[in-house]
Amino acid sequence: MAGGKNWISRWPVFRQLMGESGRGDAARSARTDALRPRTEKADSVARSICPYCAVGCGQLVYVKDGRVSQIEGDPDSPISRGRLCPKGSASKQLVTHPGRQTQVLYRRPHGTEWERLDLETAMDMIADRVVRTRRETWQQEDEGKVVRRTMGIASLGGATLDNEENYLMKKLYTALGAIQVENQARI
Amino acid sequence: MAECHPVGFQWVVEARARGAKVFHIDPRFTRTSAIADRYIPIRAGSDIVLLGALVNHVLTHELDFREYVLAYTNASTIVSEDFQDTEDLDGLFSGFDPETRAYDPSSWAYEGTEEAAAGLRGEQLEGGRHHAEAAGAEQYGSGGAPAPSKSPTDPTLTHPRCVYQVLKRHFARYTPELVAELCGISPEDFAELADAITANSGRERTTAWAYAVGWTQHTVGAQYIRTASILQLLLGNMGRPGGGILALRGHASIQGSTDIPTLFNILPGYLPMPHAHRHEGLDDYLSQAGPDTGFWGRKRSYTVSLLKAWWGDAATEENDFCFDYLPRLTGDHGHYTTVMGQIDGTVKGYFVVGENPAVGSSGGKAQRLGLANLDWLVVRDLTLVETATFWKDGPELQTGEMRTEDIATEVFFLPAASHVEKEGTFTNTQRLLQWREKALEPPGDCRSDLSFYYHLGKRIRQRVGDDEIDRPLRELTWDYPEHGEQREPSGEAVLREINGTGPDGRTLSAYTELKADGSTRCGCWIYCGVYADEVNQAARRKPGSEQTWVAPEWGWAWPANRRMLYNRASADPEGRPWSERKAYIWWDADKGEWTGHDVPDFEKNKPPDYLPPDGALAEAALAGTDPFIMQPDGRGWLYAPAGLADGPMPAHYEPHESPVRNPLYGQQSNPAREIYPRAESPYNPPESPRFPHVLTTYRLTEHHTAGAMSRPLAHLAELQPALFCEVSPLLAAELGLVNGGWATIVTTRTAIEARVLVTDRVRPLRIQGRVIHQIGLPYHWGWGSGGLTTGDAVNDLLPIVLDPNVYIQEGKAVTCDLRPGRRPRGRALLDLIEEYRRG
Repeated sequence: MAGGKNWISRWPVFRQLMGESGRGDAARSARTDALRPRTEKADSVARSICPYCAVGCGQLVYVKDGRVSQIEGDPDSPISRGRLCPKGSASKQLVTHPGRQTQVLYRRPHGTEWERLDLETAMDMIADRVVRTRRETWQQEDEGKVVRRTMGIASLGGATLDNEENYLMKKLYTALGAIQVENQARI
Repeated sequence: MAECHPVGFQWVVEARARGAKVFHIDPRFTRTSAIADRYIPIRAGSDIVLLGALVNHVLTHELDFREYVLAYTNASTIVSEDFQDTEDLDGLFSGFDPETRAYDPSSWAYEGTEEAAAGLRGEQLEGGRHHAEAAGAEQYGSGGAPAPSKSPTDPTLTHPRCVYQVLKRHFARYTPELVAELCGISPEDFAELADAITANSGRERTTAWAYAVGWTQHTVGAQYIRTASILQLLLGNMGRPGGGILALRGHASIQGSTDIPTLFNILPGYLPMPHAHRHEGLDDYLSQAGPDTGFWGRKRSYTVSLLKAWWGDAATEENDFCFDYLPRLTGDHGHYTTVMGQIDGTVKGYFVVGENPAVGSSGGKAQRLGLANLDWLVVRDLTLVETATFWKDGPELQTGEMRTEDIATEVFFLPAASHVEKEGTFTNTQRLLQWREKALEPPGDCRSDLSFYYHLGKRIRQRVGDDEIDRPLRELTWDYPEHGEQREPSGEAVLREINGTGPDGRTLSAYTELKADGSTRCGCWIYCGVYADEVNQAARRKPGSEQTWVAPEWGWAWPANRRMLYNRASADPEGRPWSERKAYIWWDADKGEWTGHDVPDFEKNKPPDYLPPDGALAEAALAGTDPFIMQPDGRGWLYAPAGLADGPMPAHYEPHESPVRNPLYGQQSNPAREIYPRAESPYNPPESPRFPHVLTTYRLTEHHTAGAMSRPLAHLAELQPALFCEVSPLLAAELGLVNGGWATIVTTRTAIEARVLVTDRVRPLRIQGRVIHQIGLPYHWGWGSGGLTTGDAVNDLLPIVLDPNVYIQEGKAVTCDLRPGRRPRGRALLDLIEEYRRG
């Protein structure tokens, strides 16, 4: 196959040297003709939404062998019609980049380095601290009025989260009596 | 818009291809300017002058859409003779108390409200201070402040105290000459803009205004948007296709996190958080939680259904449906006040979830001082954001202001699941909920925030005892199905609770089905219907190409899947489209119902000639010609008799830090703005020669907010590899700055360094006869977050001074100095700032 005049005449370098445009048919080779998009080989595809700004562009998330293999714009979306901006187009890196943390880390008071912590242990420790701080800072009344709250616990964040997550946050914090609950909408 | 919302901008490009004219008004030339028909540079912080002059132009030349204005706005309503304008009081409205720096808005009311407003609650009218201090204005995210539904009017619009005439006098000095003097926009450019928007409004045509939320980051931010609202109402551009004021919000679900708020002052669906001094019981609360007329009149149903969703069978008529379980506000408990509480030691524990205040909030040093004074801190994110690592690598370690060993804060970093590793809904900037399917399981210890809060809540509930204070936790409904090895709670079950259920346990279809007797449960009344017929409506994905241009079967929009709010205004008072070209919703007399391209934002069968009987409440109190159904009078407000902390009409005030004197009034800046007079929050003096330039901050297409979701990505870091400051060739020549070299930007907060970009994209403006330079800085950088590109934190330069309505900081117009070269290191940085502070 890799011999003879026929091969030379089809070789992209030769064709382009002979004057054909490198941006047209002369860019093709047997190898490029055999290339298939990653999306064709995906095991599954999930319909998602871009996590950056609030336009809400549709995304198709392709998964192969338990990893995200590609994220593309969803052509069905009447909002984005298949398009993504540079950030949306780069969002596969957002979920796969090597700097992403996948382990719980703990810094003890006055500590100089991170330490590892088991997730379940961390959850128990956080719950202990919430219960203790709430009890220690509980305010039943303020200036003679019932307030039933703690000013010792605060929270920031929500605009990058789901509605369901914000709902559980507000519900739990309110039941705890934590009122200093804020998110990016304030900023 | 092309810069920050590129894919949304395709529709502007498409409109332009069909003949629309696009103006871009911005301090910097961007990708939007490149495509616009006209680019008009403006001095940051002067927008009310420009918008006010457009209002004045419309009123002076009587170019308003008179039929719309008379029928659908409060233009004809007579204002109390007690009201005094900024024109009378040199920049103050009547009712200002200089001691408390707050307004008593009672004199702003309509005439005769003493009698007519029998149903109007005194506290809301009188309560400027209480209202403002708990950011009461934010509750109007889905409707207006209480006011009487019927007041004296003059349909000829000639009464000297009718809103139309009050407005005309108020804006009379907002002239093209003033625009030239304060905004730096020539009379010719102004005339072109004014002619274009007025020619493009009326029966046949509409004009839209779009702003990225930079409009909100001013000490007069809410009033910026008010001015645009007045203009759009006068021109008949609200509730009609191609009209409106479009807020282009910057986070995937920032609209959702306001609707179902992780905000201190509101409950789901914009119900106010109760205030200790006003809301002792449910009845007190409901008497003040919004108007009694219009759809807010159903507030008891909304509130009781929420309490039932949260406390289930424990919430009964006898115990006020557990209303006492809600903690009470006593003032401003917002983000910046909370940080001061951290510094003062009252706030002990802090959760930071998908947010990065150490570099993302104004006055970063105050943020880090607060973090360093906590007992414990929980950070949940995808990468090690600066907020998690401040104790190890924050700028205060380099200056010697902090030492790692001295910081007692215990820090937990918990890795979060990404958007593809969990299911749930985002609400986009047009109120559209879109369900995301889960593509795969999160890696390692990563979990969704749904999982974190659900399992944390379970653990907390296991730990609480029999005490009275624990009752709201014990009785909380907190039981969702769990799936898989990671025991992930069901997002659909939570969404179903948000939607609400009826007495039969089936999901409700609309908020009009909610009951005040405790027989319905609903976690957020405006989202009722998202799970109608037991179907996740937000997951609908009928391709856009197979539907009408309104695309009602893609996702679900609140309320009731209406894609455009107040769309009754797209028809004339008789219910006919204003024009065939702009037809959207109309009255079908044969069928006796409203119909059209969208779901009518109106009672389906209320005829245009319906007149409310005396004493009617809720929606029955609104006539068939009252399109603004969340307002107590059904009208668009050109003048706000209540609801704002800083005046019933917008007035131009200079930014807190400005190189310019306010020529309109003796009052230089917004008198009601929120300042923090303490050492952690220093300010540049107004008109200071040490800080002669205007600084404005913004985003780039290739990065996102404080950078944690963009700086670690190789593609994006390569596209925008370094922090830079944009300066004009004139200023560069004056200061000896070289393109690609370094510059140091200084405020009383700190100094940072950036690469110099010498460009015509920022233009020197002639303001009050002298040249004012503007410096532009993108704010995406920081020292950590696993960034492949790092740089100084621009937000460290900004002051902590806030809009008094919504407590958003002034980040878009401050003053600074600029010097060639890199900033000093270590202690020398503090010395430089000290030198500037001495003046």
